[in-house]
Amino acid sequence: MSIELKDWPLWEVFVRSKQGLEHKHCGSLHASDAAHALEAARDVYTRRQEGVSIWVVESKKITASNPDDKGELFDPAADKIYRHPTFYEIPEEVGHM
Amino acid sequence: MSATTEYLLHLADNAVVLGQRNAEWCGHGPAIEEDIALANVSLDLIGQARLLYQQAAERIGNGATEDQLAYFRDVPDFRNYTLLELPHHSALVGYAKSNMDYGTTIVRNFLYSALMVLVWDALQKSPDADLAAIAAKSLKEARYHLHHAADWVVKFGDGTEESHARAQAALDHLFPYTEEFWTPSAIEDAAIASGAVTDVRTLRAAWDAIVADTLAEATLKRPEVRGYVPEGKHGRHSEHLSYLLGEMQVLARAHPGATW
Repeated sequence: MSIELKDWPLWEVFVRSKQGLEHKHCGSLHASDAAHALEAARDVYTRRQEGVSIWVVESKKITASNPDDKGELFDPAADKIYRHPTFYEIPEEVGHM
Repeated sequence: MSATTEYLLHLADNAVVLGQRNAEWCGHGPAIEEDIALANVSLDLIGQARLLYQQAAERIGNGATEDQLAYFRDVPDFRNYTLLELPHHSALVGYAKSNMDYGTTIVRNFLYSALMVLVWDALQKSPDADLAAIAAKSLKEARYHLHHAADWVVKFGDGTEESHARAQAALDHLFPYTEEFWTPSAIEDAAIASGAVTDVRTLRAAWDAIVADTLAEATLKRPEVRGYVPEGKHGRHSEHLSYLLGEMQVLARAHPGATW
């Protein structure tokens, strides 16, 4: 049984590029089911050879952090520079990391 | 003109006419995702037509070009299947709510791409190396076109009462036109005899199987055919082709040699 056009759920699309190791979020679209979402993603987001693999996930399945909590969640990390690995001497032989 | 060159024109005309027809949905698709999907199909078909016209033009010589073949030939010169020039609605049934019925569009793409996956697969083994190369490239595109169309045939057929009725009406309208696939023209016979081209009749059982599988899943009924064989590939067309070509060719004819 098909879903009516106006009721197509929203899907988030993740595409892995040829060079990329991970799937990156590239946008969203409406589709009636998962297989349909994959096809639509192929047509909408990989037309210019952007990818070699696609993931889709229904947007409502994603749990997101609340923008209102931004202060308490993320701001405290701002002054903890010691968490960045910038205090090591890297030997010449290691080269670029 | 050799039989193989004429056959290249038949393949090219098929691709350009359906590409142009499907492009009428551009900006008017039922959903934006589907609008883009169908525009992709159109661009694939127009790309195939370009390769085929370029190849034909090279063989015709005398300054022939792909543009001249696409834009400066008239209706009786076109060798496309009649199926591909028909509008996006079936004139004789009341289900189409406008002159753009997506069920008709999808069913036509399904019937044609089910044929072309078989034709391109056979032609990629052709001793004619240029034709084989075009076939190998086009096969991947046709496989996706079939995948896309067959999915929608199933969604429509096995969908709501209305989508089922409209899909069946489109199938009833279009199916008789597929008889043209299986009745070779003199050009096809000569091209087959030259060894460069596959006898499409040998593909019929495989086409029947693809159609039967999809229609079964879609709960649609294969219509009876009653002996009518269209003659588009002989250059005898429905009235619809002249309107389609009129729109497609007007710019090139009003401004010959224009570039942008």
